[in-house]
Amino acid sequence: MLFRVCARLIAGVFFLIWLGGCATPQTQSLLKTHSRQLPQQVELSKVPFYPQETHQCGPASLAMALNAGGAKVTPQDLTPQVYLPGLAGSLQVEMLAATRRNGFLAYELAPKLDDLLTEVAAGSPVVVLQNVALSWYPVWHYAVVVGYDLKREEIILRSGLERRQVLPFTTFERTWERAGYWAMLALPPGRMPRTATEAAYVAAAVALEKVAPPKSAEAAYEAALKRWPRNLSARIGLGNSEYAQGDWKRAEKAYLQATMDHPKSAIAYNNLAQTLAEQKRYPEALALANQAVLLGGPEQDTARNTLDQIRNKMRK
Amino acid sequence: MNSRFMRITSRLLIASVLGLGLPLQSTHAGLVGTDKVAVSAQSQSERERIRTFLDREDVRNELQTQGVDVNTAKARVDALTDEEVQKVAGKLDQMPAGGEIIGILFTIFIVLLVTDILGFTKVFPFTRSIK
Repeated sequence: MLFRVCARLIAGVFFLIWLGGCATPQTQSLLKTHSRQLPQQVELSKVPFYPQETHQCGPASLAMALNAGGAKVTPQDLTPQVYLPGLAGSLQVEMLAATRRNGFLAYELAPKLDDLLTEVAAGSPVVVLQNVALSWYPVWHYAVVVGYDLKREEIILRSGLERRQVLPFTTFERTWERAGYWAMLALPPGRMPRTATEAAYVAAAVALEKVAPPKSAEAAYEAALKRWPRNLSARIGLGNSEYAQGDWKRAEKAYLQATMDHPKSAIAYNNLAQTLAEQKRYPEALALANQAVLLGGPEQDTARNTLDQIRNKMRK
Repeated sequence: MNSRFMRITSRLLIASVLGLGLPLQSTHAGLVGTDKVAVSAQSQSERERIRTFLDREDVRNELQTQGVDVNTAKARVDALTDEEVQKVAGKLDQMPAGGEIIGILFTIFIVLLVTDILGFTKVFPFTRSIK
């Protein structure tokens, strides 16, 4: 009997030592260095609150972020887009995909507390994944960060049934770390994340173009080009989303700029040729399509196709 | 074992039936899609295209297994990018799925209660951590 009690005590002590090893490096470095000069205290009190229904923290969190950006969508609308009955939860990739399906830009943040707080300070609520229990007994949970207080070392969330959950930075960091420091923004198209990097932002815009109305994609590309004017994907994307709206003139302008910035891009020449063909300007289109074929590359088949079609039309 | 064999066989069958007629996802005839711009730098091979296509089928099936109906599953897979599809294909049921606490065992409950109070976890809404 005594032996058993002792064994349990020892196990308990070891358990606590093991837990003590869970350091919170990001909190420590954040509080030591205010590299980005974050405001001392921020709270986005206008972010709406949807208390989650059973297992529905994914739809609820996403609805809060989308509505904060001006969308009109309820958690019930989002359930069939993200919820998996078999897993009683929602996957991260589907949280991103559903954001795009609602016409918003989905941006995954770098795994840094500093970046997370920077976005909150810039006025964007941040959807986070937490493992609120233990690594060997995970309980996955989505919540929305809406504020923080550097002096009190606290973070403020909309979480589950709590409109205003206040957690110490350290507790939050541990639950967040166990979920791989995952965080995302759901932004109205045209708005740039404060911590955006060129590659990640443009990839997010390309993903948006696939499922959202072309007008949304156009706004996202315009924002990209304002900051990175020579990005080829963004320039072609701008043209493609204008082409999709039937706006040949503006698409032409975008592709033309792409051929000037990137004279070796066969795609830029091909798409410019196609847009001119739509405007029945066949001689110009023919020359550009020829150039696209000459430049070669993996999209050569499309370029040949464009050239053939233009030739056919000229014969008629 | 058997289901694995079936899976490989069906994959081979799909691949052979499809042959070259894979969907190219180009937005319009004659226009090259934006997603091809970044890809063309490293030139996506035919084999990769087939793999991506099969991965999409895989994820769609897995969504259905997890209780999503056919049409909804299709729309949901269509909204994923190629990278996202690759991230979850074949291991969807092992990915973190944010949901909620369900049926916690009593011993686990006690452990989590203690860790909540110590500020290592945050499972229960009624706990306040001692900092």
